[in-house]
Amino acid sequence: MLGLNTKDTWLLVIVALMTLFAPFLLNPFPANSSLAQFNAGYPDLMQRFVIFGIFAIGFNILFGLTGYLSFGHAAFLGVGSYAAVWMFKLLGYNVVPAIILSVIVGAVFALLIGFISLRRSGIYFSILTLAFAQMSFALAYSVLTPITNGETGLQVYTSDPQYFQRSGAPDIPHFFGLEMRATETLRMGGWSFDINAGYYLCAAVLLVAFYMAIRLFRSPFGMMLRAVKSNQQRLNYTGLNARPYTLAAFVISGMYAGLAGGLMASMDPLAGAERMQWTASGEVVLMTILGGAGTLIGPVLGAGFIKYFENIFSKINDGVLHGWFGFLPDGIENVLVTVVHPFVGKGWHLTLGLLFMLVVIFLPGGLVEGGQRIGKYVFRRRGRKAGGAEAEAARKQPAE
Amino acid sequence: MDAILLQILNGLDKGSAYALIALGLTLIFGTLGVVNFAHGALFMIGAFCAVTLQRILTISYETVDDSRTDFLGNPMTVETPYVQAWFGPETGATIIDWSVPLAILFAIPIMLLVGFVMERGLIKHFYKRPHADQILVTFGLAIVLQEIIKYFYGANPIPTPAPDVFSGSFDFGVLLGFDPGAIIYPYWRLVYFVFAMAVISGVFAFLQFTTFGMVVRAGMADRETVGLLGIDIDKRFTIMFGIAAGVAGLAGVMYTPINAPNYHMGMDFLVLSFVVVVVGGMGSLPGAVLAGFLLGILESFASMTAVIDLIPGINQIIIYLVAIIVLLTRPRGLMGRKGVMEE
Repeated sequence: MLGLNTKDTWLLVIVALMTLFAPFLLNPFPANSSLAQFNAGYPDLMQRFVIFGIFAIGFNILFGLTGYLSFGHAAFLGVGSYAAVWMFKLLGYNVVPAIILSVIVGAVFALLIGFISLRRSGIYFSILTLAFAQMSFALAYSVLTPITNGETGLQVYTSDPQYFQRSGAPDIPHFFGLEMRATETLRMGGWSFDINAGYYLCAAVLLVAFYMAIRLFRSPFGMMLRAVKSNQQRLNYTGLNARPYTLAAFVISGMYAGLAGGLMASMDPLAGAERMQWTASGEVVLMTILGGAGTLIGPVLGAGFIKYFENIFSKINDGVLHGWFGFLPDGIENVLVTVVHPFVGKGWHLTLGLLFMLVVIFLPGGLVEGGQRIGKYVFRRRGRKAGGAEAEAARKQPAE
Repeated sequence: MDAILLQILNGLDKGSAYALIALGLTLIFGTLGVVNFAHGALFMIGAFCAVTLQRILTISYETVDDSRTDFLGNPMTVETPYVQAWFGPETGATIIDWSVPLAILFAIPIMLLVGFVMERGLIKHFYKRPHADQILVTFGLAIVLQEIIKYFYGANPIPTPAPDVFSGSFDFGVLLGFDPGAIIYPYWRLVYFVFAMAVISGVFAFLQFTTFGMVVRAGMADRETVGLLGIDIDKRFTIMFGIAAGVAGLAGVMYTPINAPNYHMGMDFLVLSFVVVVVGGMGSLPGAVLAGFLLGILESFASMTAVIDLIPGINQIIIYLVAIIVLLTRPRGLMGRKGVMEE
């Protein structure tokens, strides 16, 4: 279907179903139960899952396929946000032109930065991208204040022209009249589910982005990018110039980042320079590696995982911990709470850092590799049980 | 003229910090071939060694002084540090006052230990892995170290003053025949510069004039051959890692009076130090030191009002701009060796 083989079609269908039913899947606990804080199905967080998923998919096209580790990708997300907010200011609150412009601006920026940075490879490339991103960040804070509104962040004011804003149209970002903020809450027994317009717009964009990433991974172009990663020298010896391919990959991944930035501004019409800081670039690297660089689904998983941690784990405080361990005798309860305390709440970064180290050390392929290993293990055990005698016989054969 | 001289002096202390961190980074990269993103965290741990020593020295006991009362009329409690009780009030106060320089002695063993544990426990397993993996795992380690410090010391900067003797400023202008007050430079920054120069020359002398250093340099040039000669080069490289950690730690200890330490100071310095290393040339020790001072001084020049009026915003981006220009015109950095990081 759609030019995909069976396996990829299934992957796309599964992702589509998961995004479609995410408001239900992410809210497995009744709204009033003590476990309700693990529910991630509120609009704000779901939007972030999807937006950072798009960002990470784009980053993975560059890093996963060509092996070029960019430490300045957040710059494209930042300029995408600025571009989108400027469209709101000049044209009106419809998100379509904003998102289109943010992709274009992301591409132009990526073309400029990529053209220069890709002259070098390895750590030099990382430092060059980092330098460009930090420069954009510093300039957005200081000199470019007329464009970026400096520390306050760019936002839409009532005095802005908004030439194409019709009188009947909503006064917040909308998709041809459908407000991004519009939320329908479904109540089923103890459960409540939020169906949010903005989330579904992002989800639709994610599916298109994911589909395009699959096509790119399976295309001859994707093959060339992999060749760059595995042995650039050999590629050069065959008479091919790798630069146009890597530059194209860089621009495409910049467009994904710009798209993510545009969507972010569409959900909440604000843009600040801190989105371009190198820590933000580091975050997308973490997401991609944690999920599994070079795999299709990995970056999306990594983005979801980190955002879930950031929003849910950071909310667990001592009171909650005491609630959990309440059934134990007081002494053990207090010890357990003291032991767990540094890792949750404000200390969630510590858990993230530890997890990230463990993944890099033991699972270089990220969560996807972990899943595959578990899958293989289960599969092998089941296989042995079914054909135990035959396998036994087959193993004995060579020895005789 | 005096303005230019002042900017050069202002650039020296930041340049010293860049040079010290970049020197450590290059030592690790040159010996073990590992790109260490946790080096900024080592700088931060050094700074917190100074904070810890200050806290240890000021551990006090309380006594109730009946002769004085607080504003409610209750007898006042007076805190006396144990150090003052043991060594007498005068000597005790001096020891507390000098806690930052004393922290050097305290920090050296701790940093060496941290370095050894880090190398043996983690970095050792990453020699053969790609540079990207090394960057990522040390980046994770840096986050962990930062969070541990944040857990124990909180997120706010902790002021750690220099000894009173050095708290004033030195009027350089008078010495060179300018008007009094034209070039005023805080004593501690001068101390920091001298200290940095001492550490840097110490490291170079160690590498240049001792047998141990000679073997290490040989190992940097050709690790395999040195190994074939029956020398346990890994052990020596581990010690070099400890020394590099120590250099970063000392840079951090002495930096505390200039900037009150907080848990993310390491990351702030790390990004710039990497730029410094790359500008200097990966794997070149003199290059790292040269680029450190050069960028520090350029940064302070760029923050002159005259320059900012000419090119707005230049003070924010000068380092990155220089890095981009250097990397594009001299691909190996200022003093990079051939064949390093070029695979």
